[in-house]
Amino acid sequence: MSGTKKETGFTFTIDGIEITATAGQTIMEAADEAGVYIPRLCDHEGLRHQGSCRVCTVKAGGRSVAACTQPAAPGQAVENETQHLTKMRRDLVEMLFHEGNHLCPICEASGNCELQAMAYRLDMTEATKFPYLEPCRALDASHPDIALDTNRCISCGRCIRASQDVDGKGIFGYVGRGIHRRVAVNGENLADTTAEVTDHAISAEVCPVGCIIRKRVGFAVPIGEREFDKGLIGHEIEEKRK
Amino acid sequence: MENGHKTGNGVAAPACEVAKVPEEEIAAICARYGCDKHRMLDILREVQDRYRCIAPSTMDRIAAGTGLTRIEVEGVASFYSFLSLVPKGRVTIRLCDDIVDRYSGLDAVTAVFEEVLGIRTGETSADGAFSLETTPCIGMCDQAPAAMVNDVVLTRLTPETARSAAEALKAGQSPEQLVSERFASLTPHERALHMVGNNIRHAGEVLLGPVPEDAGLSNAVSMTPAQIITTVEESGLRGCGGAGYTTGRKWRFAASERAEKHFVICNADEGEPGTFKDRVLLTERPHLLVEGMTIAARAVGAREGILYLRGEYVYLRELLEQVLEERRRRGLLGEAILGVKGFDFDIRLQLGAGAYICGEEGALISSCEGLPGEPKTRPPFPVNRGYLGYPTVVNNVETFCHAARILDRGAKWFHAMGTEGSHGTKLFSICGDCLNPGIYELPYGHTVRELLEMVGAEDAAAVQVGGPSGTMIARDSFHRKLTFDDLATGGAIIVFNGARNILEIVEYYMSFFVHESCGYCTPCRVGNVFLQKAISKFRKGLANPEDIDYLKELSGTIIETSRCGLGMTSPNPILSTLKNFPLVYSAVSKPSKDGIRDTFDIQSAIDGARKIAKRRSYIFDKDFTQ
Repeated sequence: MSGTKKETGFTFTIDGIEITATAGQTIMEAADEAGVYIPRLCDHEGLRHQGSCRVCTVKAGGRSVAACTQPAAPGQAVENETQHLTKMRRDLVEMLFHEGNHLCPICEASGNCELQAMAYRLDMTEATKFPYLEPCRALDASHPDIALDTNRCISCGRCIRASQDVDGKGIFGYVGRGIHRRVAVNGENLADTTAEVTDHAISAEVCPVGCIIRKRVGFAVPIGEREFDKGLIGHEIEEKRK
Repeated sequence: MENGHKTGNGVAAPACEVAKVPEEEIAAICARYGCDKHRMLDILREVQDRYRCIAPSTMDRIAAGTGLTRIEVEGVASFYSFLSLVPKGRVTIRLCDDIVDRYSGLDAVTAVFEEVLGIRTGETSADGAFSLETTPCIGMCDQAPAAMVNDVVLTRLTPETARSAAEALKAGQSPEQLVSERFASLTPHERALHMVGNNIRHAGEVLLGPVPEDAGLSNAVSMTPAQIITTVEESGLRGCGGAGYTTGRKWRFAASERAEKHFVICNADEGEPGTFKDRVLLTERPHLLVEGMTIAARAVGAREGILYLRGEYVYLRELLEQVLEERRRRGLLGEAILGVKGFDFDIRLQLGAGAYICGEEGALISSCEGLPGEPKTRPPFPVNRGYLGYPTVVNNVETFCHAARILDRGAKWFHAMGTEGSHGTKLFSICGDCLNPGIYELPYGHTVRELLEMVGAEDAAAVQVGGPSGTMIARDSFHRKLTFDDLATGGAIIVFNGARNILEIVEYYMSFFVHESCGYCTPCRVGNVFLQKAISKFRKGLANPEDIDYLKELSGTIIETSRCGLGMTSPNPILSTLKNFPLVYSAVSKPSKDGIRDTFDIQSAIDGARKIAKRRSYIFDKDFTQ
């Protein structure tokens, strides 16, 4: 960002920092451009906004809204990194940990996992207070190149949108309702679909956790040299301001 | 924890009757709905009714017939409670499992059905004849316990009537024959009244008193759309479904939106436990409702409307279809209504399929579009971009009926009733521990105590105002008024006497929200499960005083971060009872002597292993004599 106002631009603030936005931009889009990081899990660059994980909840005009779907408004004062919001976000991240079966020490995604990285960023350092739901979930290793370990799925739906909108395939979709709602595949199992390891939906950047696994490439990058070993999640965005 | 239904994704589902169904039959059903993916709910309902199941192979065929993928069809089929991916019985009995039914003898009724049919709740008989299930509130709390038997409703069940019904079904009688031997010769209105009583206890001036035919619509055709909207605005009418948004303003926003099409949708999906007021309007004032929708259509410039009827009210489908047909015949629907050139409007009936969340405006629109009933992201709001992306007015049944009356009698007449900010009358559906449960049409502003006197509930100890998503109040608040500014309600008033267990009620309501959360957003999907578990800890006497803080904190997170009104209100049963019945919680929580909080239950942790080993533990089994 050059800092010059765009033609239809306006400004608002996030935690007192002035942000320039254009009409129709969401709070998160404007913040990303300006180098202010708002934590998120279900939102991903290049994919349609969904607003389901709620980790990006901010206060705008006194109301709690999802920054990924809420349009920025001129002159609005948005709260992002307050103690209160960080606590809410930590609760949400803890909920996701407790909803599935997340065992970081044995997970191939450890160090590259956005859920784990978000827990670090939000200071999830104490013993959690929620009960573990310990669901019994399926492993699908039917496909020659891809495996799904749904124990680790956080229902962010990024794979669904990537497959539908980018790959034009629709390999994944949500089924069920409430606590039973989950991501499933378009067929009996993954081998029954047209999924290919080259799909955007299968790429390492789309699945934030270790649910979608590309076979035969595990641990190619050793622990210690992984994405979030280099810095907190969101640091690339924050570096834009420095 | 049981996680999801068991079909597709590697887990074999039991063979389904539909496997034998020729492809042409599915194709014919799709064709009946124009192979339109937006009619998915109708298609799936018809497949379910006819074949008792939506099997994976059927989903493939429906997907092919409507241009969707199978996973998209499965997403819809697996969302609604009345659709099933595994075969159901030819007769499905759904016992209403509301707390009011439980307090009216549901257990004994359930036991009789289980005994006579030889299956337990949740099971389907081996011969495929019967399924026995429970379902949340079906809108019959004034005549509980009640049950749906396929498309008919049985009310005021006792062990004796349940036995004769179950035996008759087993002997091969149809559900309709249970209602009346002469069922076939009854009119739709007579059929409805044979099944369900109206229980109108107090008729007010606006809705349930004498109502002239289409007087409001006759006035509306001589007015401009702007004049209609101004009249509704000046009347002070606010939405009667619970949220209380100003109706005139909603219409104005939709009317001012420039678009190729506008839509008017009636929300007849009253699912809030304890609410049954719209049931009575749909039965006794269907013409007034359609009149109100037609007026709204003129006001906002809509040519198409949808009446979204909750799946539990399927027994009213015929009646409503007949009303729509009659109005088309009389020139009150269709082209050139009342002879006014260019005033064209027609309505289709959309049946739901068992999902409380569809009462939420955005979810209702999703459901009308043939999608899972998930709320939509706001903004855009439905008045700007609603059904299929067009400006849409969604109002409750009662709201449309009021609007029609306002156009007949004028804004001033309506505005003069009630209190400042809460104008006109309101239908209250009152049930629970009272002598005269039923419908009361009263102006806003009565106190809870006055209402309790009317219904014969002087010994009430707790009153749930507005259903589980509302507030539970104690005797010290009975002076409070039923208005939007004090105690707001969509109509549900549930009375509990001193013998009822507050925590049992709260636990039931939390289980209701867990069942009805759509699961889209994290806090509502997961947080409500945690709240339910925490309440059961209190019920078991395992809670510490710190657990009270835990309840409050977790509730706060759910309310603040949830995406729609369901999650923003689901902790209310806990928060309102913590506030108004604090002793209930402190009485059952005790500080731990050693400062350790129980978060681990050894009994349940070893239960699975114990069952496999078929061994008992002298140390950990609570009651070794079991």
